[in-house]
Amino acid sequence: MIPELGHFSLILALAVALVQGTLPLVGASRGDLRLMALGRTAALTQAFLVLLAFGALTQAYVTSDFSVLNVVDNSHSAKPLLYKISGVWGNHEGSMLLWALILALFGAAVAVFGNNLPDTLRSRVLAIQALIGVGFLAFLLFTSNPFQRVFPAPPDGNGLNPLLQDPGLAFHPPLLYLGYVGFSVTYAFAVAALLEGRVDAAWARWVRPWALAAWCFLTLGIALGSWWAYYILGWGGFWFWDPVENASLMPWLAGTALLHSAIVVEKRDALKSWTVLLALLAFSLSLLGTFLVRSGVLTSVHAFAQDPARGMFILAFLLFVTGGGLALYAWRAPQLQGGGLFQPVSREGALILNNLLLCTLAATVLLGTLYPLFLDLLTGNKVSVGPPFFNATFVPLCAPLFAALCVGPFLGWKRAELWPALMRLRVALVVSLAAIVVAMTMIDSRSTLAALAFGFGVWLIVGSLASLTDRVRSGTLRTLPRSTLGMVIAHASLGVVVLGSVATSSWNTELMHTMKPGDRIDFAGYSVQLERMDEVRGPNYIAERATLAVSVGGKPYTVLQPERRLFTVQRRQVAETAIQTNGLRDFYATLGEGNPQQGWVIRLYLNPLAPWIWLGAALCALGGFVSLSDRRLRIGAPSRKPALQPAE
Amino acid sequence: MTPKRRRLWLLLGSLGTLGVAAALVLTALNDNLVFFYSPTQVAEKSIGPDRRFRLGGLVEEGSVQKDGQTVRFTVTDTHKTLKVVYRGILPDLFREGQGVIAEGSIGPDGVFTAREILAKHDENYMPPEVAKAIKESGQWKDKK
Repeated sequence: MIPELGHFSLILALAVALVQGTLPLVGASRGDLRLMALGRTAALTQAFLVLLAFGALTQAYVTSDFSVLNVVDNSHSAKPLLYKISGVWGNHEGSMLLWALILALFGAAVAVFGNNLPDTLRSRVLAIQALIGVGFLAFLLFTSNPFQRVFPAPPDGNGLNPLLQDPGLAFHPPLLYLGYVGFSVTYAFAVAALLEGRVDAAWARWVRPWALAAWCFLTLGIALGSWWAYYILGWGGFWFWDPVENASLMPWLAGTALLHSAIVVEKRDALKSWTVLLALLAFSLSLLGTFLVRSGVLTSVHAFAQDPARGMFILAFLLFVTGGGLALYAWRAPQLQGGGLFQPVSREGALILNNLLLCTLAATVLLGTLYPLFLDLLTGNKVSVGPPFFNATFVPLCAPLFAALCVGPFLGWKRAELWPALMRLRVALVVSLAAIVVAMTMIDSRSTLAALAFGFGVWLIVGSLASLTDRVRSGTLRTLPRSTLGMVIAHASLGVVVLGSVATSSWNTELMHTMKPGDRIDFAGYSVQLERMDEVRGPNYIAERATLAVSVGGKPYTVLQPERRLFTVQRRQVAETAIQTNGLRDFYATLGEGNPQQGWVIRLYLNPLAPWIWLGAALCALGGFVSLSDRRLRIGAPSRKPALQPAE
Repeated sequence: MTPKRRRLWLLLGSLGTLGVAAALVLTALNDNLVFFYSPTQVAEKSIGPDRRFRLGGLVEEGSVQKDGQTVRFTVTDTHKTLKVVYRGILPDLFREGQGVIAEGSIGPDGVFTAREILAKHDENYMPPEVAKAIKESGQWKDKK
C-alpha cells in the first residue's frame, strides 16, 4: 500500500512539475501575476510530493518490505539500520529518486527564500527548475521505477554491496548530489537571465549564494568519497583519477570559476556573458557526471552493469539541457552589454586568470576522461588514460593558478601595480622558499618536484593569511567582512590540501610482509608484531581480525586491528583498514589473504600529513559556509542600487 | 587601455594558456596512453618488453597459485591465454572464473608482470573490454 502511495505521489509530482514548468513562463512573458504566483505554490507542492515518495521508499527499506523489487535487490533484514537507510540511495533507482528529491527541495528553497527576487525572474527560475525536474521524474517513472513490486515476495533480500556498507559512503551520495543538483539553481538563474535579456550586479548577488552553497556541498561530497577510497580500497591512495572521480571534479572546477567570475559581475558589472556561460556549463558537467556514472560507458570502479536505455535517456536529456542552454546563450548573450573597463594587472585581471586556468583544468580532465570513449568510437582501440596523464597535465597547470592565487587579493579593482602587491607578500615568499629548501635537504633530496609542490602549499597558506596582517596591525580584525574571512579560509585550506597530498604521495613508506602470529618486523622506526588472529562476528559478516602491536624503542605505542570481513549474504570479502592517526601522519595497516600454515599478508603504510587532505577539504567548505553567512550575501538582504553603467 | 587592447590581451592570454595546456596534453597522451589488450591481441601483436599495457580477460579456473605475496595465474579470453605474475594484495573481488584487468608489462620470459590488479565494486560486473574480447573470440554466452 505505502509503496503504491509513493508511486502515485511521484506521478502527481510529475504532473505538478509540468504545470510549474510551463504556466509561470507564460505568466512571466505576459506579465500575468496570477500565473507567476503559481510557480511558488507548485514548487512547494512538488517538493512535498517527492518527499512523500522518498519517505515511502525509505519506509519500505526500514521495514524490509521484500515485496518491493528494489528492496529485494539491495537490502537484507540482517543489515544494520544505518545501512538500511543508506541502501535507499545505494542503488540506481533510489539514487535517482534522491536526485529528484534534492532538485525539488532546491526549487522549494528558491520559492521560500526568493522573496526579494523580481516576480518575472523568480517565476522563470522556478519554471526552469521544474523542467529539469520533469526530465528526472519522467526518467524515474518510465525507466527506473523504484516502487516496482515483485510477486511472490522472496523471504529475504540480496543485501547491499558490502563495499557500500560504510558510514563514509552512506553520506557521500547525498552530499555529492546536494552539490551537483545545487548547480541546477544557477543554471535556472542563467537561463532565466537570458530569457529576460538582463544580467546585472543584482543578478550576480542573487546567484552567488546558490553557487556557493552548491560548491560547499560538492567540496564535502568529493572529500568524503576520497576519504572512503583511502581507507576502504586499502591501497593507501586517496585519488585515483577514476572517471567517476573526474566526473565530480569537473563541475567543482567550473563551479569554482563561477564563484569567482560572479564577483566581477557583482562588483564591476563586467564578464557578464562569461559568467552566464559558466553557470550553464557547471550544471551541464554535473549532468555529464551522472551520465558517466549511470550509463557505464566508461570503465570505472563505479560502473555498474547497465541498461543502455537508461544511458540513452540521460544522454538525450544532457544534450537537451546543454544544447538548449547554449543555443539560448548564442542567441541572447550578445545583448548582454559588458560594463567596467580594467587593466590586465588588476583584481579583474587576476580573476580572469583564475577563470582561464580553472576552465583549462576542467577541459584537461574532460579530455582525459572522454578520450578513451572517442578513441574507441573512432578506431576501436581500447585505451585507458590513467594517473600519469593527469599528473603530467593537471599538476603543471595548477602551478600558475596557485602562484597567482595569493597575489590576486592584494590587487585593486580596475588598475593595480604588481610590485607593491609582491612586496606585501615578501614574508610569504621567503617562508615558502625556505620550505622548498628544507624539503629538498631534510626530507627527500631526490624529488625536486615534490619539494616545489610543497613550497606551493606553504605559499598558499602563508600568502592567504598575509592579507589579514594589515587588519591585525590596525586592530580591525573584528570588523573583517565574513566573505573576506571565508575567502582567506578557503584559499589557505587549499594549501593544507596541497601539503597533505604532496607529502602522502611523495614521502610515504610502505611495506608488505607475510606474517604468522608471533612474528615481528621493523617498519620505519617502529616495531610491529602480529600478536594474534581472531575470528569476530558482526551483524551480517564474519571477520578475520589481526591484532598488530606497534612499539617504538621497546615501549608499546599503539594497537592496530585490520580485518577481512566475509559478508555472509553475498559471500564476499571486504578488507577493513586500521588507521591510527596523530594528525601529522597516518599509520595504516591492511590485512590480506592468508592461512595459519603460510601466514597472512600484511601491508603497512606510513602516510605523512595524510589527514591534512581531508582536514583541508573540510576547511575549504567551512570557508564557503562562513562566506555564505555574510549578511550582504543573504538572499533576503535588501539589494543595493545597481552599479553605475560606465560609458563604453 | 582601450577595449580593443583589453580584448587583445585577453585573447593572447587565453591562447597562451590553451597552447601550454594543449602541449602538455599531447605529450602526456603520447607517453601515458595505456592500451587495453586481450590475450588474443597480445598473441597477434608483438609487444615490446617495456611497453606498459592493460591485460583483460577471465582468470582461468584452477590456475591461481599463491606463494606468500606472489600470485601466479592465467588470464584467458577463452581463445588464447597469458600467464601473469603479481606481487601484492589481490583486490577483494579477484576470483577464478571472474573478469580481471591487470596493468603491467611482459617480462623477458614471456610472463606478464602485473603492477596493479584493478578491483571492481560489483561482482556481477564484467569489464566492457573483457566482454568485447570474449565476444570477438566467438565464445560469448549470454547469461540471461
